[in-house]
Amino acid sequence: MFRGQDASCRPEAGRAPFAFRRDGARVVPITHGINQAEVAMASTEAGVRGPTRARIEGRTLRSDRWWLYPLTTFVVFTAFVVYATIRAFQGSHYYAAPYLSPFYSPCLGDCVEGSSDFGQPFGWWPLSAALIILIFPLGFRMTCYYYRKAYYRSFWLSPPACAVAEPHTKYTGETRLPLILNNLHRWFWYAAVLVALILTYDTVLTFRDADGDWGHMGLGTLVFLANIFLIWMYTLSCHSCRHAVGGRLRHFSKHPVRYRMWTWVSKQNAHHARYAWLSLFSVAIADLYVVLISSGVFDDPRFF
Amino acid sequence: MGYDLKMRIWRGDVDGGELGDYTVEVSEGEVVLDALHRVQATQAGDLAIRWNCKAGKCGSCSAEINGKPRLLCMTRLSDFEESETITVTPMRSFPVIRDLVTDVSYNYEKAKQLPAFAPPARDEDGKRRMAQMDVERGQEFRKCIECFLCQNTCHVVRDHEENKPAFAGPRFFLRYAELDMHPLDTHDRRELAQGAAGLGMCNITKCCTEVCPEGIKITDNAIIPMKERVVDRKYDPLVWLGSKIGLRTKDNDGRSEV
Repeated sequence: MFRGQDASCRPEAGRAPFAFRRDGARVVPITHGINQAEVAMASTEAGVRGPTRARIEGRTLRSDRWWLYPLTTFVVFTAFVVYATIRAFQGSHYYAAPYLSPFYSPCLGDCVEGSSDFGQPFGWWPLSAALIILIFPLGFRMTCYYYRKAYYRSFWLSPPACAVAEPHTKYTGETRLPLILNNLHRWFWYAAVLVALILTYDTVLTFRDADGDWGHMGLGTLVFLANIFLIWMYTLSCHSCRHAVGGRLRHFSKHPVRYRMWTWVSKQNAHHARYAWLSLFSVAIADLYVVLISSGVFDDPRFF
Repeated sequence: MGYDLKMRIWRGDVDGGELGDYTVEVSEGEVVLDALHRVQATQAGDLAIRWNCKAGKCGSCSAEINGKPRLLCMTRLSDFEESETITVTPMRSFPVIRDLVTDVSYNYEKAKQLPAFAPPARDEDGKRRMAQMDVERGQEFRKCIECFLCQNTCHVVRDHEENKPAFAGPRFFLRYAELDMHPLDTHDRRELAQGAAGLGMCNITKCCTEVCPEGIKITDNAIIPMKERVVDRKYDPLVWLGSKIGLRTKDNDGRSEV
Protein backbone atom coordinates (compact mmCIF):
# COMPACT_ATOMS: atom_id res chain seq x y z
CA MET A 1 0.00 0.00 0.00
CA PHE A 2 2.34 2.70 -1.13
CA ARG A 3 0.08 4.45 -3.56
CA GLY A 4 1.00 7.99 -4.22
CA GLN A 5 4.64 7.27 -3.46
CA ASP A 6 5.76 8.29 -6.90
CA ALA A 7 5.39 12.03 -6.88
CA SER A 8 5.67 12.22 -10.67
CA CYS A 9 2.04 11.17 -10.89
CA ARG A 10 1.28 14.70 -9.74
CA PRO A 11 2.52 16.87 -12.56
CA GLU A 12 1.68 20.13 -10.80
CA ALA A 13 3.90 19.27 -7.87
CA GLY A 14 7.08 18.38 -9.69
CA ARG A 15 9.47 15.87 -8.22
CA ALA A 16 9.60 15.42 -4.52
CA PRO A 17 13.04 16.44 -3.29
CA PHE A 18 13.31 13.33 -1.19
CA ALA A 19 11.04 10.38 -1.67
CA PHE A 20 11.38 6.66 -1.83
CA ARG A 21 10.95 4.37 -4.77
CA ARG A 22 10.09 0.75 -4.32
CA ASP A 23 12.70 -1.43 -5.98
CA GLY A 24 11.80 -5.03 -5.35
CA ALA A 25 12.39 -5.57 -1.67
CA ARG A 26 14.51 -2.48 -1.28
CA VAL A 27 13.44 1.06 -0.67
CA VAL A 28 15.71 3.46 -2.47
CA PRO A 29 15.82 7.16 -1.76
CA ILE A 30 15.30 9.36 -4.79
CA THR A 31 17.55 12.35 -4.33
CA HIS A 32 18.65 13.20 -7.82
CA GLY A 33 17.10 15.81 -10.04
CA ILE A 34 16.21 18.26 -7.32
CA ASN A 35 15.46 21.67 -8.65
CA GLN A 36 16.46 23.91 -5.76
CA ALA A 37 14.84 26.98 -7.25
CA GLU A 38 11.55 25.16 -7.50
CA VAL A 39 11.94 23.88 -3.97
CA ALA A 40 12.60 27.31 -2.53
CA MET A 41 9.53 29.04 -3.93
CA ALA A 42 7.85 29.64 -0.62
CA SER A 43 9.23 28.80 2.76
CA THR A 44 6.72 26.04 3.40
CA GLU A 45 6.73 24.59 -0.12
CA ALA A 46 9.85 22.57 0.73
CA GLY A 47 8.48 21.79 4.15
CA VAL A 48 5.07 21.13 5.63
CA ARG A 49 3.31 22.12 2.41
CA GLY A 50 5.66 20.03 0.28
CA PRO A 51 4.24 17.80 -2.45
CA THR A 52 4.46 14.50 -0.54
CA ARG A 53 3.12 15.81 2.77
CA ALA A 54 -0.46 15.75 3.93
CA ARG A 55 -2.11 18.77 2.30
CA ILE A 56 -2.76 21.14 5.21
CA GLU A 57 -2.68 24.89 4.69
CA GLY A 58 -1.70 26.26 8.09
CA ARG A 59 1.93 26.73 9.11
CA THR A 60 0.84 25.16 12.35
CA LEU A 61 -2.38 23.87 13.83
CA ARG A 62 -1.25 24.61 17.36
CA SER A 63 -3.91 26.49 19.27
CA ASP A 64 -1.98 27.03 22.51
CA ARG A 65 0.07 30.15 23.22
CA TRP A 66 3.24 28.84 21.59
CA TRP A 67 4.33 32.39 20.77
CA LEU A 68 4.64 33.33 24.44
CA TYR A 69 8.12 31.86 24.98
CA PRO A 70 9.77 33.36 21.89
CA LEU A 71 8.08 36.72 22.46
CA THR A 72 9.07 36.93 26.14
CA THR A 73 12.60 35.88 25.34
CA PHE A 74 12.83 38.42 22.54
CA VAL A 75 11.60 41.28 24.71
CA VAL A 76 13.76 40.46 27.75
CA PHE A 77 16.95 39.73 25.82
CA THR A 78 16.53 42.83 23.69
CA ALA A 79 16.03 44.92 26.81
CA PHE A 80 19.18 43.43 28.32
CA VAL A 81 21.21 44.02 25.16
CA VAL A 82 20.06 47.65 25.01
CA TYR A 83 20.84 48.21 28.69
CA ALA A 84 24.22 46.44 28.48
CA THR A 85 25.22 48.33 25.35
CA ILE A 86 24.43 51.69 26.90
CA ARG A 87 26.28 50.77 30.07
CA ALA A 88 29.26 49.31 28.25
CA PHE A 89 29.79 52.46 26.20
CA GLN A 90 28.96 54.87 29.00
CA GLY A 91 32.36 54.58 30.68
CA SER A 92 31.22 56.17 33.94
CA HIS A 93 29.31 55.33 37.15
CA TYR A 94 30.87 51.89 37.33
CA TYR A 95 32.64 52.22 40.65
CA ALA A 96 31.32 53.25 44.01
CA ALA A 97 33.75 52.04 46.67
CA PRO A 98 33.75 49.20 47.50
CA TYR A 99 31.50 48.11 44.63
CA LEU A 100 32.81 47.60 41.09
CA SER A 101 30.20 46.92 38.42
CA PRO A 102 30.48 43.38 36.98
CA PHE A 103 30.35 44.90 33.49
CA TYR A 104 33.66 46.64 34.18
CA SER A 105 35.50 43.96 36.09
CA PRO A 106 38.45 43.57 35.79
CA CYS A 107 38.89 47.25 34.98
CA LEU A 108 41.95 47.14 32.72
CA GLY A 109 41.62 50.47 30.91
CA ASP A 110 42.00 54.01 32.14
CA CYS A 111 39.69 53.44 35.11
CA VAL A 112 38.80 55.63 38.06
CA GLU A 113 40.98 55.42 41.15
CA GLY A 114 40.51 52.34 43.28
CA SER A 115 38.68 50.31 40.63
CA SER A 116 41.67 48.64 38.93
CA ASP A 117 42.64 45.70 41.13
CA PHE A 118 44.63 44.08 38.38
CA GLY A 119 46.53 47.09 37.04
CA GLN A 120 45.82 49.05 33.88
CA PRO A 121 47.60 47.24 31.03
CA PHE A 122 45.17 48.85 28.59
CA GLY A 123 45.57 52.35 30.02
CA TRP A 124 45.96 53.68 26.46
CA TRP A 125 42.54 52.34 25.46
CA PRO A 126 40.51 55.39 24.42
CA LEU A 127 37.05 53.88 24.85
CA SER A 128 35.14 52.47 27.79
CA ALA A 129 37.08 49.86 29.78
CA ALA A 130 34.06 47.53 29.68
CA LEU A 131 34.60 46.95 25.97
CA ILE A 132 37.98 45.30 26.67
CA ILE A 133 36.59 42.44 28.72
CA LEU A 134 32.91 42.14 27.81
CA ILE A 135 33.73 39.91 24.84
CA PHE A 136 34.38 37.02 27.24
CA PRO A 137 31.08 36.88 29.13
CA LEU A 138 29.28 37.92 25.94
CA GLY A 139 30.95 35.16 23.92
CA PHE A 140 30.21 32.66 26.65
CA ARG A 141 26.52 33.47 26.57
CA MET A 142 26.30 33.76 22.79
CA THR A 143 27.72 30.26 22.32
CA CYS A 144 25.89 28.74 25.30
CA TYR A 145 23.72 25.76 24.41
CA TYR A 146 20.75 27.24 26.24
CA TYR A 147 21.06 30.73 24.78
CA ARG A 148 21.43 29.21 21.35
CA LYS A 149 18.06 27.53 21.72
CA ALA A 150 16.61 30.79 23.00
CA TYR A 151 17.89 33.07 20.25
CA TYR A 152 17.39 30.62 17.41
CA ARG A 153 13.77 30.41 18.45
CA SER A 154 13.11 34.01 19.41
CA PHE A 155 15.31 36.09 17.14
CA TRP A 156 15.79 33.86 14.11
CA LEU A 157 12.47 31.98 14.34
CA SER A 158 14.23 28.80 13.36
CA PRO A 159 11.81 27.45 14.46
CA PRO A 160 9.70 29.90 16.52
CA ALA A 161 8.22 26.94 18.40
CA CYS A 162 7.94 23.20 17.97
CA ALA A 163 5.83 22.16 14.98
CA VAL A 164 5.48 25.77 13.85
CA ALA A 165 6.93 26.21 10.38
CA GLU A 166 9.88 28.56 10.17
CA PRO A 167 9.91 31.38 7.62
CA HIS A 168 13.28 30.54 6.04
CA THR A 169 13.64 28.82 2.70
CA LYS A 170 17.13 27.49 3.36
CA TYR A 171 18.74 26.05 6.43
CA THR A 172 22.28 24.87 7.07
CA GLY A 173 22.33 24.91 10.86
CA GLU A 174 25.70 25.23 12.52
CA THR A 175 27.72 23.84 9.64
CA ARG A 176 29.02 27.15 8.23
CA LEU A 177 30.42 30.48 9.31
CA PRO A 178 29.45 32.25 11.44
CA LEU A 179 27.34 29.72 13.35
CA ILE A 180 30.01 27.00 13.20
CA LEU A 181 31.89 29.22 15.67
CA ASN A 182 29.40 28.09 18.31
CA ASN A 183 31.65 25.04 18.57
CA LEU A 184 34.10 27.31 20.41
CA HIS A 185 31.86 27.31 23.46
CA ARG A 186 34.39 25.51 25.68
CA TRP A 187 36.99 28.23 25.03
CA PHE A 188 34.59 30.84 26.27
CA TRP A 189 33.83 28.58 29.21
CA TYR A 190 37.50 28.60 30.21
CA ALA A 191 37.40 32.39 30.05
CA ALA A 192 34.10 32.46 31.93
CA VAL A 193 35.69 30.55 34.82
CA LEU A 194 38.40 33.24 35.01
CA VAL A 195 35.79 35.98 34.89
CA ALA A 196 33.82 34.25 37.66
CA LEU A 197 36.98 34.05 39.79
CA ILE A 198 37.58 37.77 39.33
CA LEU A 199 33.96 38.58 40.18
CA THR A 200 34.35 36.41 43.27
CA TYR A 201 37.35 38.55 44.24
CA ASP A 202 35.24 41.68 43.72
CA THR A 203 32.56 40.22 45.94
CA VAL A 204 35.07 39.53 48.69
CA LEU A 205 36.16 43.18 48.42
CA THR A 206 32.59 44.31 49.14
CA PHE A 207 33.14 43.24 52.74
CA ARG A 208 35.10 46.46 53.15
CA ASP A 209 33.81 49.96 53.68
CA ALA A 210 34.44 52.91 51.38
CA ASP A 211 37.79 53.55 53.12
CA GLY A 212 39.04 50.02 52.50
CA ASP A 213 38.65 48.71 56.06
CA TRP A 214 37.58 45.09 56.34
CA GLY A 215 34.72 43.57 58.24
CA HIS A 216 31.88 45.70 56.93
CA MET A 217 28.82 44.91 54.94
CA GLY A 218 26.08 46.77 53.13
CA LEU A 219 23.02 45.99 51.04
CA GLY A 220 25.30 46.00 48.00
CA THR A 221 27.28 43.11 49.50
CA LEU A 222 24.10 41.02 49.43
CA VAL A 223 23.42 42.04 45.83
CA PHE A 224 26.97 41.00 44.88
CA LEU A 225 26.71 37.74 46.83
CA ALA A 226 23.49 36.79 45.06
CA ASN A 227 25.04 37.71 41.73
CA ILE A 228 28.24 35.72 42.21
CA PHE A 229 26.27 32.67 43.38
CA LEU A 230 24.14 32.75 40.23
CA ILE A 231 27.16 33.42 38.00
CA TRP A 232 28.94 30.37 39.42
CA MET A 233 25.88 28.18 39.12
CA TYR A 234 25.43 29.27 35.52
CA THR A 235 29.11 28.70 34.74
CA LEU A 236 29.34 25.31 36.45
CA SER A 237 26.08 23.97 35.05
CA CYS A 238 27.36 24.59 31.51
CA HIS A 239 27.19 21.68 29.06
CA SER A 240 30.87 22.11 28.19
CA CYS A 241 31.73 21.91 31.88
CA ARG A 242 29.68 18.75 32.14
CA HIS A 243 31.63 17.31 29.22
CA ALA A 244 35.01 18.39 30.58
CA VAL A 245 34.58 17.04 34.11
CA GLY A 246 33.45 13.60 33.05
CA GLY A 247 31.00 13.54 30.17
CA ARG A 248 33.73 12.88 27.67
CA LEU A 249 34.64 9.58 29.32
CA ARG A 250 33.50 6.17 28.14
CA HIS A 251 34.42 4.41 31.38
CA PHE A 252 32.85 6.07 34.40
CA SER A 253 33.83 2.99 36.39
CA LYS A 254 37.52 3.76 35.94
CA HIS A 255 37.17 7.38 37.07
CA PRO A 256 35.10 7.44 40.28
CA VAL A 257 35.96 11.04 41.23
CA ARG A 258 35.17 12.41 37.80
CA TYR A 259 32.00 10.34 37.77
CA ARG A 260 30.89 12.02 41.00
CA MET A 261 31.71 15.45 39.62
CA TRP A 262 29.82 14.63 36.42
CA THR A 263 26.84 13.47 38.45
CA TRP A 264 26.78 16.75 40.38
CA VAL A 265 27.20 18.91 37.27
CA SER A 266 24.52 16.87 35.47
CA LYS A 267 22.11 17.67 38.28
CA GLN A 268 22.82 21.39 37.99
CA ASN A 269 22.86 21.19 34.21
CA ALA A 270 19.16 20.33 34.24
CA HIS A 271 18.61 23.89 35.57
CA HIS A 272 21.03 25.56 33.18
CA ALA A 273 18.30 27.60 31.50
CA ARG A 274 17.05 28.90 34.83
CA TYR A 275 20.55 29.96 35.87
CA ALA A 276 21.06 31.56 32.46
CA TRP A 277 18.04 33.79 33.07
CA LEU A 278 18.63 34.48 36.76
CA SER A 279 22.30 35.36 36.30
CA LEU A 280 21.37 37.65 33.41
CA PHE A 281 19.06 39.55 35.75
CA SER A 282 21.46 39.48 38.68
CA VAL A 283 24.37 40.86 36.71
CA ALA A 284 22.19 43.70 35.38
CA ILE A 285 20.85 44.41 38.87
CA ALA A 286 24.36 44.43 40.37
CA ASP A 287 25.43 46.90 37.70
CA LEU A 288 22.33 49.04 38.18
CA TYR A 289 22.95 49.07 41.92
CA VAL A 290 26.42 50.50 41.34
CA VAL A 291 24.99 53.11 38.96
CA LEU A 292 22.42 54.21 41.51
CA ILE A 293 24.95 54.42 44.34
CA SER A 294 27.61 56.17 42.33
CA SER A 295 25.21 58.72 40.87
CA GLY A 296 23.91 59.45 44.35
CA VAL A 297 20.30 58.34 43.86
CA PHE A 298 20.51 56.73 47.29
CA ASP A 299 23.18 55.75 49.79
CA ASP A 300 24.18 52.15 50.22
CA PRO A 301 22.48 51.00 53.44
CA ARG A 302 25.32 49.78 55.67
CA PHE A 303 24.68 46.91 58.09
CA PHE A 304 27.90 47.15 60.06
CA MET B 1 -20.00 10.00 32.04
CA GLY B 2 -20.12 10.20 28.30
CA TYR B 3 -20.23 13.34 26.19
CA ASP B 4 -20.15 14.24 22.53
CA LEU B 5 -16.65 15.13 21.38
CA LYS B 6 -16.16 17.26 18.30
CA MET B 7 -13.21 16.16 16.19
CA ARG B 8 -11.57 17.31 13.00
CA ILE B 9 -9.69 14.52 11.31
CA TRP B 10 -7.49 14.87 8.25
CA ARG B 11 -8.72 12.58 5.49
CA GLY B 12 -6.97 12.14 2.20
CA ASP B 13 -3.82 10.92 0.52
CA VAL B 14 -0.87 12.33 -1.38
CA ASP B 15 -3.16 13.77 -4.05
CA GLY B 16 -4.95 15.95 -1.53
CA GLY B 17 -7.21 15.91 1.45
CA GLU B 18 -8.93 18.01 4.04
CA LEU B 19 -10.01 18.14 7.64
CA GLY B 20 -13.35 16.41 8.09
CA ASP B 21 -15.73 17.18 10.98
CA TYR B 22 -16.91 14.34 13.20
CA THR B 23 -18.88 14.19 16.40
CA VAL B 24 -18.40 11.08 18.46
CA GLU B 25 -19.55 9.93 21.87
CA VAL B 26 -16.71 9.36 24.27
CA SER B 27 -16.52 8.45 27.91
CA GLU B 28 -14.37 9.20 30.89
CA GLY B 29 -10.84 7.83 30.91
CA GLU B 30 -10.58 7.50 27.15
CA VAL B 31 -7.72 8.61 24.96
CA VAL B 32 -7.72 10.16 21.50
CA LEU B 33 -7.10 6.78 19.89
CA ASP B 34 -10.28 5.42 21.51
CA ALA B 35 -12.27 8.27 20.02
CA LEU B 36 -10.75 7.65 16.59
CA HIS B 37 -11.56 3.95 16.83
CA ARG B 38 -15.17 4.82 17.60
CA VAL B 39 -15.29 7.14 14.60
CA GLN B 40 -13.89 4.29 12.54
CA ALA B 41 -16.42 1.81 13.93
CA THR B 42 -19.50 3.99 13.63
CA GLN B 43 -19.00 6.62 10.96
CA ALA B 44 -15.92 6.20 8.80
CA GLY B 45 -15.08 2.55 8.26
CA ASP B 46 -12.29 3.42 5.86
CA LEU B 47 -10.40 5.74 8.22
CA ALA B 48 -6.75 4.68 8.11
CA ILE B 49 -4.83 4.71 11.42
CA ARG B 50 -1.65 2.90 12.30
CA TRP B 51 -1.75 1.59 15.84
CA ASN B 52 -0.78 -1.44 17.80
CA CYS B 53 -0.21 -1.68 21.55
CA LYS B 54 -2.40 1.17 22.92
CA ALA B 55 0.07 1.48 25.78
CA GLY B 56 2.69 3.93 24.51
CA LYS B 57 5.26 1.24 23.96
CA CYS B 58 5.11 0.30 20.28
CA GLY B 59 5.51 3.75 18.78
CA SER B 60 2.97 3.17 16.00
CA CYS B 61 0.23 5.75 16.55
CA SER B 62 2.29 8.91 16.18
CA ALA B 63 0.25 11.82 14.83
CA GLU B 64 -0.39 15.48 15.51
CA ILE B 65 -3.10 16.52 17.92
CA ASN B 66 -4.06 20.20 17.84
CA GLY B 67 -0.84 20.74 15.94
CA LYS B 68 1.39 19.01 18.51
CA PRO B 69 3.23 15.79 17.67
CA ARG B 70 1.96 13.18 20.12
CA LEU B 71 1.03 9.53 20.49
CA LEU B 72 -2.71 9.04 19.91
CA CYS B 73 -2.87 6.36 22.59
CA MET B 74 -1.14 8.46 25.27
CA THR B 75 -3.15 11.64 24.84
CA ARG B 76 -5.99 11.66 27.31
CA LEU B 77 -9.27 13.32 26.43
CA SER B 78 -9.35 14.69 29.97
CA ASP B 79 -6.46 16.99 28.98
CA PHE B 80 -8.95 18.94 26.87
CA GLU B 81 -12.11 20.84 27.65
CA GLU B 82 -15.23 18.84 26.80
CA SER B 83 -16.30 21.65 24.50
CA GLU B 84 -12.94 21.81 22.73
CA THR B 85 -12.64 20.53 19.18
CA ILE B 86 -9.71 18.13 18.83
CA THR B 87 -7.90 18.28 15.52
CA VAL B 88 -5.96 15.20 14.45
CA THR B 89 -3.63 15.16 11.45
CA PRO B 90 -0.93 12.80 10.26
CA MET B 91 2.70 13.66 10.98
CA ARG B 92 3.57 16.52 8.68
CA SER B 93 7.23 15.70 8.02
CA PHE B 94 6.77 12.40 6.24
CA PRO B 95 5.04 11.50 2.97
CA VAL B 96 1.40 10.80 3.63
CA ILE B 97 0.00 7.43 2.58
CA ARG B 98 -3.62 7.80 3.60
CA ASP B 99 -5.51 9.64 6.34
CA LEU B 100 -3.40 9.45 9.52
CA VAL B 101 -0.86 7.00 8.12
CA THR B 102 2.48 8.27 6.87
CA ASP B 103 5.43 6.62 5.20
CA VAL B 104 8.21 6.67 7.79
CA SER B 105 10.78 4.79 5.69
CA TYR B 106 13.10 7.83 5.84
CA ASN B 107 13.89 6.73 9.38
CA TYR B 108 14.68 3.17 8.40
CA GLU B 109 16.99 4.42 5.66
CA LYS B 110 18.83 6.48 8.25
CA ALA B 111 18.99 3.49 10.60
CA LYS B 112 20.66 1.44 7.89
CA GLN B 113 23.38 4.05 7.46
CA LEU B 114 24.42 3.82 11.09
CA PRO B 115 27.20 1.26 11.70
CA ALA B 116 26.13 -1.36 14.22
CA PHE B 117 27.60 -1.90 17.68
CA ALA B 118 31.09 -3.37 17.27
CA PRO B 119 32.31 -5.05 20.45
CA PRO B 120 35.91 -6.18 20.95
CA ALA B 121 37.08 -9.78 21.33
CA ARG B 122 35.62 -11.60 24.33
CA ASP B 123 37.48 -11.98 27.60
CA GLU B 124 39.34 -15.25 28.15
CA ASP B 125 36.37 -16.86 29.83
CA GLY B 126 34.24 -16.11 26.80
CA LYS B 127 32.36 -13.21 28.40
CA ARG B 128 32.26 -9.47 27.99
CA ARG B 129 32.19 -7.17 30.98
CA MET B 130 31.06 -3.66 31.73
CA ALA B 131 30.42 -2.00 35.06
CA GLN B 132 26.92 -1.14 36.23
CA MET B 133 27.49 2.62 36.25
CA ASP B 134 28.57 2.43 32.61
CA VAL B 135 25.47 0.42 31.76
CA GLU B 136 23.22 2.96 33.44
CA ARG B 137 24.23 5.86 31.27
CA GLY B 138 22.92 4.21 28.10
CA GLN B 139 19.73 2.91 29.69
CA GLU B 140 17.93 6.18 29.12
CA PHE B 141 18.58 5.93 25.38
CA ARG B 142 17.28 2.36 25.28
CA LYS B 143 13.86 3.64 26.31
CA CYS B 144 13.33 4.93 22.76
CA ILE B 145 10.24 3.31 21.22
CA GLU B 146 10.97 4.64 17.72
CA CYS B 147 7.73 6.52 17.38
CA PHE B 148 9.69 9.06 15.31
CA LEU B 149 7.88 12.03 16.85
CA CYS B 150 11.29 13.65 17.35
CA GLN B 151 12.16 13.08 13.71
CA ASN B 152 8.78 14.51 12.78
CA THR B 153 9.04 17.66 14.86
CA CYS B 154 12.65 18.47 13.99
CA HIS B 155 12.50 21.59 11.84
CA VAL B 156 15.70 20.62 10.00
CA VAL B 157 13.71 18.14 7.93
CA ARG B 158 10.15 19.20 8.74
CA ASP B 159 10.67 22.58 7.13
CA HIS B 160 13.42 21.59 4.69
CA GLU B 161 12.76 18.43 2.72
CA GLU B 162 16.07 18.93 0.91
CA ASN B 163 17.97 18.26 4.15
CA LYS B 164 16.70 14.70 4.46
CA PRO B 165 19.60 13.07 2.58
CA ALA B 166 22.16 14.86 4.79
CA PHE B 167 20.48 14.67 8.19
CA ALA B 168 19.92 11.58 10.32
CA GLY B 169 17.74 13.27 12.94
CA PRO B 170 17.49 13.20 16.74
CA ARG B 171 16.53 9.55 17.06
CA PHE B 172 19.80 8.55 15.41
CA PHE B 173 21.93 11.12 17.21
CA LEU B 174 20.63 9.34 20.28
CA ARG B 175 21.99 6.08 18.89
CA TYR B 176 25.31 7.68 17.91
CA ALA B 177 25.66 9.03 21.43
CA GLU B 178 24.73 5.72 23.02
CA LEU B 179 27.35 3.87 21.04
CA ASP B 180 30.01 6.55 21.41
CA MET B 181 29.56 6.42 25.19
CA HIS B 182 29.56 2.64 25.22
CA PRO B 183 32.73 1.33 26.91
CA LEU B 184 32.82 -1.76 24.70
CA ASP B 185 32.22 -0.21 21.30
CA THR B 186 35.35 -0.17 19.13
CA HIS B 187 34.16 2.42 16.61
CA ASP B 188 34.97 6.09 16.89
CA ARG B 189 31.79 7.58 15.46
CA ARG B 190 32.47 11.26 15.92
CA GLU B 191 33.55 12.02 12.37
CA LEU B 192 30.63 10.05 11.00
CA ALA B 193 28.14 11.81 13.26
CA GLN B 194 29.31 15.23 12.16
CA GLY B 195 29.76 14.34 8.50
CA ALA B 196 27.36 11.72 7.20
CA ALA B 197 24.71 12.13 9.90
CA GLY B 198 24.66 15.92 9.81
CA LEU B 199 24.96 16.60 13.53
CA GLY B 200 26.17 20.12 12.73
CA MET B 201 22.78 20.96 11.23
CA CYS B 202 21.10 20.58 14.59
CA ASN B 203 20.66 23.96 16.26
CA ILE B 204 19.60 22.43 19.59
CA THR B 205 16.20 24.11 19.79
CA LYS B 206 15.09 21.12 21.83
CA CYS B 207 11.82 20.27 20.11
CA CYS B 208 12.83 16.61 19.98
CA THR B 209 13.06 16.60 23.77
CA GLU B 210 9.75 18.43 24.09
CA VAL B 211 7.80 15.83 22.13
CA CYS B 212 9.50 12.63 23.33
CA PRO B 213 6.76 10.45 24.88
CA GLU B 214 9.39 8.51 26.82
CA GLY B 215 10.77 11.71 28.36
CA ILE B 216 14.27 11.05 27.08
CA LYS B 217 16.45 14.15 27.41
CA ILE B 218 17.54 13.82 23.80
CA THR B 219 19.17 17.24 23.52
CA ASP B 220 20.90 17.47 26.90
CA ASN B 221 22.00 13.88 27.27
CA ALA B 222 22.64 12.77 23.70
CA ILE B 223 22.94 15.55 21.12
CA ILE B 224 24.91 18.09 23.14
CA PRO B 225 27.34 15.49 24.57
CA MET B 226 27.78 14.20 21.02
CA LYS B 227 28.44 17.73 19.79
CA GLU B 228 31.02 18.15 22.53
CA ARG B 229 32.68 14.90 21.48
CA VAL B 230 32.83 16.18 17.92
CA VAL B 231 34.45 19.37 19.22
CA ASP B 232 37.09 17.18 20.92
CA ARG B 233 37.75 15.55 17.59
CA LYS B 234 37.55 18.54 15.26
CA TYR B 235 37.52 21.96 16.88
CA ASP B 236 39.67 21.78 19.97
CA PRO B 237 43.31 22.74 19.26
CA LEU B 238 44.38 21.66 22.75
CA VAL B 239 43.16 18.12 22.20
CA TRP B 240 44.75 18.10 18.73
CA LEU B 241 48.06 19.39 20.11
CA GLY B 242 47.96 16.83 22.89
CA SER B 243 47.49 14.01 20.43
CA LYS B 244 50.43 15.28 18.34
CA ILE B 245 52.84 15.26 21.26
CA GLY B 246 51.61 11.95 22.61
CA LEU B 247 49.46 13.35 25.42
CA ARG B 248 46.03 11.86 25.02
CA THR B 249 43.32 10.30 27.03
CA LYS B 250 43.59 6.54 27.38
CA ASP B 251 39.84 6.51 27.45
CA ASN B 252 39.67 6.20 23.69
CA ASP B 253 42.13 3.32 23.43
CA GLY B 254 40.95 0.47 21.32
CA ARG B 255 38.70 2.51 19.06
CA SER B 256 39.13 3.28 15.42
CA GLU B 257 37.25 5.59 13.12
CA VAL B 258 34.59 4.11 10.88
